[in-house]
Amino acid sequence: MNLRNLDETGDVIARKRINRAPLPLLAIGLPWATIMLASMASFSPIISSAPVMPPLAYMMLLAWRMMRPGMLPLWAGLPLGLFDDLYSGMPFGSGIVLWSGTMLAMELIDEKFLWRGFAQDWLAACALISAYLLLGSVLAGIATGYPLPLVIVPQTLVSLALYPVVTRVVALLDRVRLLPLKRL
Amino acid sequence: MARSQDRRPGYSRRAQYGIFTGYVVAILGVVAGIAVLVTSLINPDAFSFARSAAAEAARPLGRAGAESRSTGQGVFAAVGAYFNAGQQNAELRREVEAARANAVSMQSLQNENRRLKALLGIIDPARKPVATAHLIGSTAASTRRFAVIDAGTSRGVQSGQPVRAASGLIGRVIEAGPGTARVLLVTDPDNVVPVKRARDGLTAFVQGASNGRIDIRLINQGVNPIRKGDVFVTSGSGGLYPPGIPVAVATDPHRDGATGHLAADPADNEFVIVESAYSGEARMQIEQIEKDGAKNAAPEQ
Repeated sequence: MNLRNLDETGDVIARKRINRAPLPLLAIGLPWATIMLASMASFSPIISSAPVMPPLAYMMLLAWRMMRPGMLPLWAGLPLGLFDDLYSGMPFGSGIVLWSGTMLAMELIDEKFLWRGFAQDWLAACALISAYLLLGSVLAGIATGYPLPLVIVPQTLVSLALYPVVTRVVALLDRVRLLPLKRL
Repeated sequence: MARSQDRRPGYSRRAQYGIFTGYVVAILGVVAGIAVLVTSLINPDAFSFARSAAAEAARPLGRAGAESRSTGQGVFAAVGAYFNAGQQNAELRREVEAARANAVSMQSLQNENRRLKALLGIIDPARKPVATAHLIGSTAASTRRFAVIDAGTSRGVQSGQPVRAASGLIGRVIEAGPGTARVLLVTDPDNVVPVKRARDGLTAFVQGASNGRIDIRLINQGVNPIRKGDVFVTSGSGGLYPPGIPVAVATDPHRDGATGHLAADPADNEFVIVESAYSGEARMQIEQIEKDGAKNAAPEQ
């Protein structure tokens, strides 16, 4: 009984795999959609009076870019950064500059260090996230005329520690992205 | 991991051009971003239409979040209440006894207050709030401190109006869309609030430190008279904020002022009240003063 059941499920899986392909909408659109949704995380229940949330959208972008190099086009920083600017509260345009710069920097990192393990990926992400938060706070300091470099320290530490978690979430989303849902 | 297929164009002209175009667009993105950034630094309101449109789009999301927050807190409070019901009962009984005694003395104080006010001829007009709103979002990942409320121009909210909660000042509206408005919180370094000490009217101003705390700076330098626990309320000078709203409590006095914490933490307040600006024409003046104040304050950091 059990065996037959197992056989049947195996059969179902096989039938589901053969002749199927991932949905193009999901396969291409999911990274964009998840990054944009992470940008909208400022509309979460947390109303904070200090910068405490890690920049989830930016970390998501890095995680997707490192997991699937070449899937997000090189110019993806322009539209995604623009969208992030709408919600982040930073001076408008800082997202466009920093996200586009990140995509170019990742291209350079790929050029120099092609064979990377997870530790090196994390290290690269640490450098990029720290630079992103620092430059963001500098730009915000210019906008207010009152620079406050120390307030981002806890946020930076939390972000660096949380990056592996974000990569796991992105890995899970990647499996969803490639579910064979389309009948050929 | 090996280089991905689309980064190895080989002899394919089409693939080579594709990669080249990608680089060109990415670099153009940086250039365009710098242009937009400079525009928005010079004129912060330049892209407010895009931001308020985006906030309108995210409004249902924020409302759902605000509701889940309040139910979440309610659930925790209810669970907690069961654990110490007996102790609470005894405590409440004692409190009721004390409150009864207080109420009698309060009554006489109120009568006295009314007589004295009539004597002084102080008019105390009930200030009608413009709107009550939910806090539906905040820039939790950014160094700037903004929040979004779910009331906009359709309910009479305009930029410049003060926003307060029951326990104190939250901030002021800086951008208003049809159904949402963006609030500059008191903790933002750009927000400078003229205040006075509740006890004796010692004047100072409060500037956000962007980390949940605020700086209380004295206007008259000299011996610092601020003590721990002093309460500061809006002074009403400048005409933006109505006088008498609690803003901050001093916690850590230092040489030329004190660090304080907020009277009303936005995290604890689900509902806020938008009031009409105290005096319209004086607003321009205070904004000029704020700019100068920020400029003078910057080199000290």
